[in-house]
Parts: sequence; C-alpha cells; structure tokens
Amino acid sequence: MKGMLSKKEVRQLRREFPMFAAQSRKPFVYLDSAASSQTPRAVLAAMDGFYKKYRANVHRGMYPASLRATETYEAARIPVAKLIGADPREIVFTRGATESLNLLAYTLSRRLGPGDEVVVSIMEHHSNLVPWQQLARERGFAVKFIGVTPDFQLDLAAAAKLITPATKVVSVMHVSNALGTVNPVEKLAALAHKQGAIMIVDAAQSAGHRPLDVKKMDCDFLAFSGHKMFGPTGSGVLYGKRSRLEELPPFLYGGDMILEVTRENAVWNEVPWKFEAGTPNIAGGIGLGAAAEFAIALDPAVIHEHELALARIAMAELSKIPGVKLYGPPAGSERGGVVSFTLGDIHVHDMANILGDQGVCVRGGHHCAMPLMRQLGINGTTRASFSIYNDTDDIAALAAAVRRAKKLFKL
Amino acid sequence: MSPRAKKKTAAPPRATANTDIEAMYRENILDHYRSPRNFGELPHPSFRQREANFSCGDDVDIQVLVDQKQRISKVMFNGRGCAVSQAAASLLTENAVGLTLVEASRLGLSDIAGWLGVDIGPARIKCATLALKALQAGITDYQKNHGL
Repeated sequence: MKGMLSKKEVRQLRREFPMFAAQSRKPFVYLDSAASSQTPRAVLAAMDGFYKKYRANVHRGMYPASLRATETYEAARIPVAKLIGADPREIVFTRGATESLNLLAYTLSRRLGPGDEVVVSIMEHHSNLVPWQQLARERGFAVKFIGVTPDFQLDLAAAAKLITPATKVVSVMHVSNALGTVNPVEKLAALAHKQGAIMIVDAAQSAGHRPLDVKKMDCDFLAFSGHKMFGPTGSGVLYGKRSRLEELPPFLYGGDMILEVTRENAVWNEVPWKFEAGTPNIAGGIGLGAAAEFAIALDPAVIHEHELALARIAMAELSKIPGVKLYGPPAGSERGGVVSFTLGDIHVHDMANILGDQGVCVRGGHHCAMPLMRQLGINGTTRASFSIYNDTDDIAALAAAVRRAKKLFKL
Repeated sequence: MSPRAKKKTAAPPRATANTDIEAMYRENILDHYRSPRNFGELPHPSFRQREANFSCGDDVDIQVLVDQKQRISKVMFNGRGCAVSQAAASLLTENAVGLTLVEASRLGLSDIAGWLGVDIGPARIKCATLALKALQAGITDYQKNHGL
C-alpha cells in the first residue's frame, strides 16, 4: 500500500485546480467530489484550445480547423480507453453515465419481454434502476434486486440464486455512491455469463478513481461520467466489447451515426459513431480525454490509495463523535472514497446546511438511491467524499463542523 | 445584446450566504422540531393536503377543520423532515387558527419567517414554506369544491 499523498503533494495538486484559488470565502473544504469533482487546468486548457484555436464541426469539414477538431476529438478516445483497458474503437462518447445506461436499457430491452429478467442491486443509483423499471413496464420483463448484507456489502449468495437462465442482463454499480461499497463485479460477470446474460457495470464512482480493466472484469458494457473524474460536465462514456456494440441497435438517430440514407432505409455508421448521433459535445470529449490523461499521469492506484486512506481517517474521526452512525462497509474493508453518516435526530438537510455554513461542502440526502435508503430505514445520510486535492486538514474541518452541528442541536 | 449595449450588466442577486446559522437553530425552532404542536391525525377534517420535497425528504400532511363562517378552527399535521420544515408546520398549526380561508391563503414567507424568528435564506425557502404550500393548495381545492 502506497498510502496517502503527503500534504505537500496535495498542496501542489490543489494549484492545478483554479477553483480553489477562486474562493473568496474561506475556508473552502470541498468534500463533494462524488457528486462532481473539480476541474484541473489541463482539462480547461484542452477545451479552451478547441474553442479558441480550431473551433469547427467534426467529421465533415475539408478545412484545417475541422480536420484538427476531428483529429483531436477522435484522439481523446485513446487515453479514455487506456484508463479502463479498452480499445479506442470501443469508446462511445455520451453525455454521462446516465445517458450511457439509458442507451443500454432502451436498446437491450427491445429484445426483452415476458419471462425475461434484468438483475440489478438495491444499491443502484436511480440512473441504473429507473430506466430498467420503466422499460420493464412497457416490455413485460421483470427487474430483480440483489440485496445488501447487514455490513453493507452486496449479498453475493443471493445474487448467485437470483441470476438464472431467465436473466438476460445483470447491471450493477461498481462502487456505491451512497455507501462506498465496492461490488464484486468480476464475480457477477462470471455468474451472468454462465447464464448467457449480458453484464453491465456502472463505473461512475470508480473510473478515474481506481485502476480499472474491462478485460479482467469481463463486463460487456461499462458506463461512466466525465465530471466525476476531473472532466467537464456533459461528457461521459459507454464502453462496450466491440462485438457487443456491433450487435446493438442504435439508440438515437440523426447525422453522423449514418452512412447512407434513402427514403425508406438507412445504413448505420460503424461503432462507435453509430451511437453518436448529431454533432457531439466536441469540447467535452476533448476535455474528457485530457481528464483521462490527468488521471493516468497521477496513476489511478495512487488516487485510490489516497481516497481510501482519507475515507478511513474520516470514519475514525467521525466515530469519535458520540451519536454518529456510519453507513458503509466497516473500516479495514475495501471501499471507495465516500463516507456516509447520520447524527442523532439531525435531519441530513440541516446537517448539510450547518456544514455548508462553515465552508464544508458535503451532500445530504438520498444520493439518488431511494430504494436503498428505504431498505436501511432512513431518509438519507450526510456524505463526505474525497479526492486528490483533499487532505487530513479537510477531515479536521469536517469533524469540527459536525461537532458544531451537534452542539447547535443540543445533542 | 447589441455591441453597443453597456458592457456592465447587472449582477444577478447574490444568494446571501445562508441564514445566520445560530439563529436558525435556536431554542424556538428546535423546540417545535422535537415537540411539534398539533401533531397527529385530526378526526373528520374539512380537508387535508399532503406536500413533499422528495429531494430532501421533507413531508407534511396538513388536516384542517373549517367552521361555518369559513374560519380555520383547528389544524393538525403529520410529517417528517428537517427542523425548518417541521417547525414551520408546527407553527402554522398554531398561527392559522382563527384566520379566514382568504386570510390564510394570503400568508407568505415573511409570516413564516416571523413565526420562526429567523430570516430564511434561499437554500431553506422550500423547507420553510412546505406546510404553507400544503395548506394553501388544500384551501384552493376546498374553495373550488364548495363553490366559494
């Protein structure tokens, strides 16, 4: 274990993020990276370059600016592919994990009907639950849920029973945004493939945060957002095994995704462009490529070790405050960089408000995982999440702010 | 905008940093949060109305008894949520009694802020006004149903 980045290293990294220098209201303790990470200069510069130096549409123009835009946009697939161990032709650019997952739900469910089953977990973000739930009502297939154990781990034994010959798709998040739980996606992929089902991984909380290898994972598809891994908002990725992408019908129709159109028919473009209808988010794609390069240069293993170390320290610090209840895998187990907690009868909205008043930026609520919250018997948690620009001073500020909330509530 | 338009555009109103947090959680609000008045089920209400902010988990179900002169004679509520939403609901059940339906439908954020004894910042307006929103939606329906 390489452990945490030093305070000096963190200080240097923070200089790469203009947002920290721009805060007039001190302190700015940003512990909401699981919702959206900050953007480094390199990503801003890459997008700026497009707008200032070669702003033109991609794929069609026969002039230098358009050719350069095309070349740069297409080249952005290379570091993104490298980040997850894929081939650049297997990288479809989308608006984000939500669009990637909707794309999969809409196209895959065309083949599904009564008697078929889609298996998800109770932890899923709404973006990997509601599309399946709604399409199930239209198409007549069923959605089954893998539960969580009392120590907030995915119930793998239940999964083994739930995944049957009726299962056509297994779609599970890699790292829980609400609990920090790391799900055994490789094992789930093996269970899915044994039954001939497709395996989808929602990597919104893991891509750019830990080493990923889609080949080792052996998932058929993987979805993530750019803005949670130092990239711009409105950028995202759908990875698919080449053969899987080829057999999948298009999701959106329009320009760019098509080779030939007659009055009655159309011939689809090759993958990945078959799934990128219309003028894409060019600057977003270029920025996402730069974000992937940024993460690779830092080393996803180093990012993971740092986030994990901070999460463990935060759990230890928060545990010292009487009344704090942590929701997530116990300290010592593998986890992502989020720490979820409640304190007495302080509603999460009040907690987030009091913390925000002290410059501690966290999230309070259901984290787009309402079925999970209902199962846990709570209406939400307060969540602190960590990235490479955080250090133990941020945890001290968090703990102090939580103590203040406790005092205000006379607990 | 035309190129001649003044370069300096008016800055959007700056969201005030939240309400004074000490004032927000002083005794009055915490007391109404932990010991809400008129909490529970009102038998045979004239009307009832539920409103929720699902994004933050605030939920209020207001039940109202109206007398023959179209005055509110009793209000009770059920619900859960943050201190601000629940204290505002509790205070509403006390302060709405005696008002006519027309008077109650004219209540606004400033009345609630007055009862709570604190300025309500933009982050908490939805919490503070949830119960009032329920009451007023219920009044509108009630008036419609009774040809008022």
